[in-house]
Amino acid sequence: MRLYAAVLVRGFRRYATYRTATLAGVFTNTVFGFVIAYTYIALWRVRPHLGGYDLGQAVTFVWLGQAMLMTTALFGGFEAELIDRIRSGDVATDLYRPADLQLWWLARDIGRAGFHLLGRGVLPMAAGGLFFPLVWPASPGVWAAFLLAVALGVVISFALRYLVALAAFWLLDGTGIVLLASLAAIFFSGMLLPLTVFPGALGVLARALPWSALLQVPADVYLGRDTGARLASALGFQAVWAVVLLGAGRLVQSAATRRVVVQGG
Amino acid sequence: MGTQALIRFEDVEKVFQVRRKAGRLRRERHEVRAVDGISFEVPRGEMVGYIGPNGAGKSTSVKMLTGILMPSAGRVTVAGIDPSRERLRLARRIGVVFGQRTTLWWDLPLRDSYELVRRMYRVPDARYRANLDRCVELLDLADLLDVPVRQLSLGQRMRGDIAAALLPDPEVLYLDEPTIGLDVISKAKVRDFLREVNAEHGTTVLLTTHDLTDIEQLCRRVMVIDHGRLVYDGGLAGLHAIGDSERVLVVDFDRELPPVEVDGVRSVRVEGPRQWLRFPASASAAPLVARLAARYPLVDLSVREPAIEDVIGRMCAGSQGL
Amino acid sequence: MGEVSYAPETEAVGTDAGPYAARWPLRDRLREAVAGCRAYLLIAGMWSRSTLTYRVSFLMTVVGNACMTALDFVTIAIIFGHTRTLGGFTLAETAFLYGSSGVAIGLADLLLGSLDGLGRRVRDGTVDALLVRPVPIFAQVAADRFALRRLGRLTQAAVVLVWSLIRLHVAWTPGRALLLPVMAVSGAAIFGAFYTAGAALQFRAGDAAEVQSSFTHGGGTMTQYPPTLFARELVRGAVFVVPVAFVNWMPALWILGRPEPLGLPGWTGWLSPAVALAVCALAGLAWRAGLRSYRSTGS
Repeated sequence: MRLYAAVLVRGFRRYATYRTATLAGVFTNTVFGFVIAYTYIALWRVRPHLGGYDLGQAVTFVWLGQAMLMTTALFGGFEAELIDRIRSGDVATDLYRPADLQLWWLARDIGRAGFHLLGRGVLPMAAGGLFFPLVWPASPGVWAAFLLAVALGVVISFALRYLVALAAFWLLDGTGIVLLASLAAIFFSGMLLPLTVFPGALGVLARALPWSALLQVPADVYLGRDTGARLASALGFQAVWAVVLLGAGRLVQSAATRRVVVQGG
Repeated sequence: MGTQALIRFEDVEKVFQVRRKAGRLRRERHEVRAVDGISFEVPRGEMVGYIGPNGAGKSTSVKMLTGILMPSAGRVTVAGIDPSRERLRLARRIGVVFGQRTTLWWDLPLRDSYELVRRMYRVPDARYRANLDRCVELLDLADLLDVPVRQLSLGQRMRGDIAAALLPDPEVLYLDEPTIGLDVISKAKVRDFLREVNAEHGTTVLLTTHDLTDIEQLCRRVMVIDHGRLVYDGGLAGLHAIGDSERVLVVDFDRELPPVEVDGVRSVRVEGPRQWLRFPASASAAPLVARLAARYPLVDLSVREPAIEDVIGRMCAGSQGL
Repeated sequence: MGEVSYAPETEAVGTDAGPYAARWPLRDRLREAVAGCRAYLLIAGMWSRSTLTYRVSFLMTVVGNACMTALDFVTIAIIFGHTRTLGGFTLAETAFLYGSSGVAIGLADLLLGSLDGLGRRVRDGTVDALLVRPVPIFAQVAADRFALRRLGRLTQAAVVLVWSLIRLHVAWTPGRALLLPVMAVSGAAIFGAFYTAGAALQFRAGDAAEVQSSFTHGGGTMTQYPPTLFARELVRGAVFVVPVAFVNWMPALWILGRPEPLGLPGWTGWLSPAVALAVCALAGLAWRAGLRSYRSTGS
């Protein structure tokens, strides 16, 4: 356990050293926040209460998206590095380490996410709050539930990307699937538009897929739309996906390990 | 004025402004004189070693010679061109190999890199083919031509880099640590190749290195710089004299003896019948041996040359007081 | 000693060219530009050939690249599923803006997107290797890892643009027809200038690379939408400060026969080429300053 805590801290620190890059990223998030917020304002002016949000909630959704973009790694993260290790064969040595491969990368990714939540999340949100009337959760309970939802979102994001990375054991070229995965993450997380605005069956499908746990679910928790039983079922939805995807990751990992052992590393 | 001087450094200085952290937010500015008034000339066709400890100003000098860096003061001339003002024009006439960093295209196979070099430098077809064939043969590149550069080992990449630098027939070749990380055989190959290029084409070569065997085997002239100053410029032999180094005479007598007492030598170690005797590197060994043989029962003897590393180390340590 | 006999000769040529170069700076600059273009084509050609050896992988990345930007248009389509007009603009009109903005940034990204890699090269020290080659460094960095897959984005935007042109009922005049390609080229040049300025910044602050994407991709996203959506100050900034408005808004509004939101006269749409030239000149100066600073500090 101490080992994973150390890995987690190292993951956090690794990103904390790039201060200029972080500020530059905050600037970019803020610019995009502005642009998208105005398109939402135009849409919600014509269609108030679209998707069940009022104008203030819709704009808040935009800035939440910018704040969580990096935290739940919608554009991808560690998987490129892991794929490189798989391709070069370095992963064989990783598999023989006393640390579990999945937990090791998970700890590191949680450390990274922790930094991104603080470094890339707080400032864009503050910038949004400065220029737009955002909704702020009134009770500490909502904040706590939101943070829990974000944490589950981070784990699900990790579990998905871990599966993607492990595919490199069988695929010759990992770029295709990585690209596909980030397309899915951006589209089905609610990053482009809240999933409640998606039409008909597409909306139903999108809300059932695990990617909705990356932004849509935490945002709804933040906006106070989910309380009581609905809150429990939202968090439960995330927890189920987290367990399922981490489990799938374990299964694939052991298959991959067998493969490495058979090939002689 | 030596009309044959191909490379000329005249009172060249390079001063960097460095900002250092001093405390949490405060930053201190201070000057670093990486090159502090160096002058030298290198005639066409010479092979010169340019050596000194890390941070002495070697690579800063090479960067000024290639036009990457602009000197703060003084004048640099290479083949009649001011490198920093006419970098692109000079680039056509020089070859550069940075030991640690490749000048090749990382993701392209060697062959494609060479093809790009050919077209960038506009090397005539026949010339290119002849040069490539020779490089491939002498540097053992035949099996590597279709491998992407990033997959090459350090030694393979170095050979690939040297070939790329020589394809356009440069008048000057700068080599920064050309044998670093190479195995003994590759080192020998690279050295033979450089010697041949120098002899056949009259290519002027300036070599910075940590491996002093490179210098001993390739260069008749050595320049030593330290703290941005030229502390020595001359032949290898002279380097020993100036570094007041000592050679060691290892002698075997027919029996155990007390430390010998002969003028001009010092016994530094005794082990049974064997003794180690130090004497100045500038002195000739023959009269000493004669004197020894006259007074002691000599069985065998050998002379050990001083390690050039030690010589330079001593020299640079001495120059710090200046 | 054969080489000694020709040595003074080459030296004479060398010293002679100094004042010669100073007398004809424009001619030298022009020669450098031609050499740069040639080198760009050489390097880009080499990269294209090497990517095309893996056909399937290449096609997949092209399609993926197209899909990535197509998502933006899917978003617009979903928005118009909920409303007939956005900021007073129809779907076809918005698609026209989307397409023209996308073509501009797609072209700039295809041609100069690799400039992004400069920061990495400064950090790992490989810029020096580029500086000893007889070719302008700008061309070398811009063509490095030339990525044909970026055609995906360009193609996708072009398809939307063509679709919008079919759907729109524009009263085409020679002027309007002429402004269309002028808009695409000027827009690409403006985004190209942003890429260049961003790269120039990386000579000093490699970490700040992402700021550049606020102007390129941020500007690209903003100009996909009608200007009427945005606050007046933001539009003013896009016209006078960071002139993304001249990428497509100003010329497109004139082609569409719509009033300019700041009340500027319609002919301002024709200012795009002039604005593009101006920002390119500024970006060129920034690049020179960045390179100069690198060459005097070595880092």
